[in-house]
Amino acid sequence: MDKPFAITLNIGSSLANHTGSWRNERPVYVNRLPPCNDACPAGEDVQGWLYEGEAANYEQAWRNLVRDNPLPAIMGRICYHPCQTACNRAQVDEAVGINSVERFLGDEAIKQGWQFKITAPATGKKILIVGSGPSGLSAAYHLAMRGHTVTIRESAAAAGGMMRYGIPAYRLPREVLDAEISRIVNMGVTIECNAKVESAEAALAEGFDAVFLAIGAHLGKRAFIPAGDTARILDAVSVLHMTADGQPPMLGRRVVVYGGGNTALDAARTARRLGAYEAIVVYRRTQEKMPAHEIELKEALDEGIIMRWLSTVSRVDEGKVTIEKMALDEKGFPQPTGEFEDLDADSVILALGQEVDLSVIEGMKEIKVEDGVIEVDEYLMTGRIGLFAGGDAVPGERTATNAIGHGKQAARAIDSWLQGEKFVHALRPELASFDKLNTWYYSDAPKTVRPKLDAARRASNFSEVVQGLDAETAVFEARRCLSCGNCFGCDNCFGVCPDNAVIKLEGGKYEINLDYCKGCGICANECPCGAIDMELERS
Amino acid sequence: MSTPLKFYQVGSFAVGNRLLAEEQLSEQSRPGRTNSLTSGHRACQGCGEALGARYALDAAMAATDGKIVAVNATGCLEVFSTPYPETSWRLPWLHSLFGNAAAVATGVSAALRAQGKTDIRVIAQGGDGGTVDIGFGPLSGMFERNDDVLYICYDNEAYMNTGVQRSGATPPAARTNTTHAVGANPGASFSQGKNLPVIAMAHGIPYVATATVADLHDLEEKVKKAMTFRGARYLHILVPCPLGWGSRSEETIQLARLAKESGLFPVFEAEYGEVTETKPIRRLVKVDEYLKPQKRFAHLFGPKAHPEQLIAIQAIADRNIAKYKLVNEATQLPADQEVSRG
Repeated sequence: MDKPFAITLNIGSSLANHTGSWRNERPVYVNRLPPCNDACPAGEDVQGWLYEGEAANYEQAWRNLVRDNPLPAIMGRICYHPCQTACNRAQVDEAVGINSVERFLGDEAIKQGWQFKITAPATGKKILIVGSGPSGLSAAYHLAMRGHTVTIRESAAAAGGMMRYGIPAYRLPREVLDAEISRIVNMGVTIECNAKVESAEAALAEGFDAVFLAIGAHLGKRAFIPAGDTARILDAVSVLHMTADGQPPMLGRRVVVYGGGNTALDAARTARRLGAYEAIVVYRRTQEKMPAHEIELKEALDEGIIMRWLSTVSRVDEGKVTIEKMALDEKGFPQPTGEFEDLDADSVILALGQEVDLSVIEGMKEIKVEDGVIEVDEYLMTGRIGLFAGGDAVPGERTATNAIGHGKQAARAIDSWLQGEKFVHALRPELASFDKLNTWYYSDAPKTVRPKLDAARRASNFSEVVQGLDAETAVFEARRCLSCGNCFGCDNCFGVCPDNAVIKLEGGKYEINLDYCKGCGICANECPCGAIDMELERS
Repeated sequence: MSTPLKFYQVGSFAVGNRLLAEEQLSEQSRPGRTNSLTSGHRACQGCGEALGARYALDAAMAATDGKIVAVNATGCLEVFSTPYPETSWRLPWLHSLFGNAAAVATGVSAALRAQGKTDIRVIAQGGDGGTVDIGFGPLSGMFERNDDVLYICYDNEAYMNTGVQRSGATPPAARTNTTHAVGANPGASFSQGKNLPVIAMAHGIPYVATATVADLHDLEEKVKKAMTFRGARYLHILVPCPLGWGSRSEETIQLARLAKESGLFPVFEAEYGEVTETKPIRRLVKVDEYLKPQKRFAHLFGPKAHPEQLIAIQAIADRNIAKYKLVNEATQLPADQEVSRG
C-alpha cells in the first residue's frame, strides 16, 4: 500500500479488538417463572399463550393454552383466576384480565371448530376414569393425548360433574360446557352416562390398566338443626342439581341459605332466579372469614342477596327461621351471644360444605381415608396399586381449576407409572417477581372490564351474567401482559448496548456477541421483563 | 372503539417491539442500522458517551441517506475510538484539536458548499470540556455565523479522559479530582454554571435541543428534526460516565433517566431562540434518588453530610421544573410531594 507521509500502518478496524476479554460477568437470556403461571392450579403457561394472543395468533394462543387445560371456555367463566391475583401488572395499574382473554380464546375455538390433535402413537393401555367432572375430563384429555384409550363412567345422566350440577347456568351456559366436552369425546374418549361405578376394585378387575377416581364431593353436609315437622329444609347441592336437571325445587318467596361458601351464594342467586324475592345468606363468621370468592360475593350483593354476618341458624319452623347472633372472641372465633332473631323463610337451604361419596372404595383396606377424603401420594396414587384419585375427593382446595390441575397431574403420573417410571417434575425456574422488572418501559393502560348485565335483569333469569371480549378488546387486554421473566422481543437489549454486542435474530430473539460484550450489565438492567441475568464469568 | 388503544409495546418507551410495523421502528431497533461507532472501541464498561454517539449518528445517517461527515474534538470519544491505526467509525470522521471542532466543521461545511455537495451534511461533536470550555470560542463563532453544522455535545459533566477534572459543566457539589469533597463546601462550587443550551439559544440559531441516552425515541426524533434545518444547530446530550460519576456500569441509562425525572436535567427543544417543546416528567423523583447511586455525591449523604447542599440541589431542580413546566397533569408525584402542575 502506498502510504502518506509519516503513516506506517494500514488502516484497521476496532473489530480486531475483542473487548469481550474485559468481561467478568456475562448477560444470559433466561426464562423466569411468571407469577400468573406460578399461581395457576391447572399449571397453565399463561404468559406463553398471552404472547401469541398479543400478536392476534389466536389459534396458536389457544393451542398453547390447551397444552395444560382442555377447558378454556369453561374456565374463562368459572375460574376464580388466582393468576390475576398474582399478576405483577396490578402493581403498575390493574391486573391483566387473563380470565377474560382465556374465555375469548375458548369461545373462539368453539366458533372456529378447532379440535385437539393426538400426535402420540396408540399405547394400547386402557384407563378407566370414574366421574366426568373437571378432574375426570382433564385426566381423560391428557391421557388420550399420550395415546392411551380412555373410558369415563358417569353416574349422572350427563357429563360435566359439578360444572353441570353445581355451577348455575348463569355462570356457565350449558352449550359451552357441551361444546368443550364433545371436543374431548372427539378425541376418541368414551363417556358412559348413567353408569355409576359401584366398586373400584371390581372396575380394576375388568382389565383396566389403571383407574382414576374423579368422583368429586356431591353429598351435601347435614347439620343437626332443631326443626318443626313442616319446616322445609333442603341442601344446596340438591337444589343446584335439580335446577340443572330442569326440575327446580319449590323454594317459596323467601329463602334463607345457611353457609358462607361459593355454593351458598350460588344457591341464593339460583333461588332469586327461581322466583324468590328475598334470599338471605346466614353465615356465622364475618365477611373477611368468608370462604366464598369476593367476585361472587360482589355479584350476589349486586343482585340483591342479603348477607347476615355473625349469625347461626338455631331453629327452623314453618315459614320462620330463628337465628342466633354471634360475637367474635379474642381469638377471632364466633361465640353465641344468646340473642335471637326470627326471620321469615319459606325454605332453608343448607350450604355447609360437601362430602365425598366413599362407597366406591368400600372394603378396600389399603386405601386411607382422612377427614372424609381419600389419601393419595405425590403421584395421586391411592394405597391400592393402580388406583389413582384427584379433584374434590382428595385433600386440597376444592375448585374446578384445581381439579383440572389434578387431572393433568394424574395423567402424567399414570402415564409414567404405566411405563414403570416415576414422573419427574421439571425444575421450577426462579420467580419473576415485581422487583425483577423495569416497569419504566410499560405505558399505563387500565383493564378492559367485562360488561355485566344489568343486575336487576340478571337476577330474574339464567342467562349468562358476564359478557366476553371481542377480538379487538382481547388483543388489547393480551398486550397489557408485562411478559414477566420472558423475552417479548422489545429490542431494548439490542438498542442499549454501548458495544453493539447484542445480535438481533429473526422472530424477536437475540444473542450476545461474547467477542465484544464487556459485561456492563445495561441490557439486564434495562430489560423490561427481567429476562436477562448477569452471571459471573469463570476465569 | 373510540378510546385510543394504548398498548404497552406500541408507542412505549422500549427500543422496539416484535409487533411493530417497519415504519414504526426506531433506528436502533433495526438490524441494519449503521452502527456508526462499531464494536471493539475502548470505552469503559457502560459508557454513556459511546451509546449517545451511536444513537445520534445512526439517526443522522438514517435521516441523510448516509451522507454525514463527523468532526470530533479531543476527548474520550476520540481517544477510545481511534487508537492508531484502528478506527471504530463507520462514517467519514476527522479529528484535529481539542478546541477547534466547530471551526474545522465550519471549514468542512464551506468546502462541501464550494464543491456544490450540499447534500452531504456535517456534524461536529465533542465532550463537555471540548464544548463548553476549550472549544467555546469557535463554537460561538459557528453559531454567530450560522454555519450549516449540527454540533453535538456529549455531556458527562467533567474531563473524564484526562482523569476526571472539573469542567464548566460540572454540577455543584460534585467531587472531581480538582474539586475534592473537603472543607466547608465539599465538591464543585455552587457557581453560576455554564448552561450551554441556553447560551446557544441566545445566539438565535435555528435549532437547539437537549436529550439524554435514557429516551432513545426523543433523541432520534431530535436528530432527525435537526437535519431538516440548515444553519447552526446544537444538541446537548446527557451521557452518564460510570468512571467519573462513581456509578455502577449497568446504571448508565437509569441515571440519565433519573436526571431528567428529578428535574435536574430539563429536556426541551428551542427554535430561533424560543423554547418550543419540553418533555414533561413522567414519574417525579427527589434529587436524592438521582444523586445517591453516584460516588461523586457520596458526601451529600451520611453523618458528615452538609444538608444545605442537598437542599440547594433540590432547589435547582425545582427551579427547572417551574421554568420549563416539567410537571403536568399526567406526572406521577411521589407520595409526600406537592408540586404545582404547569
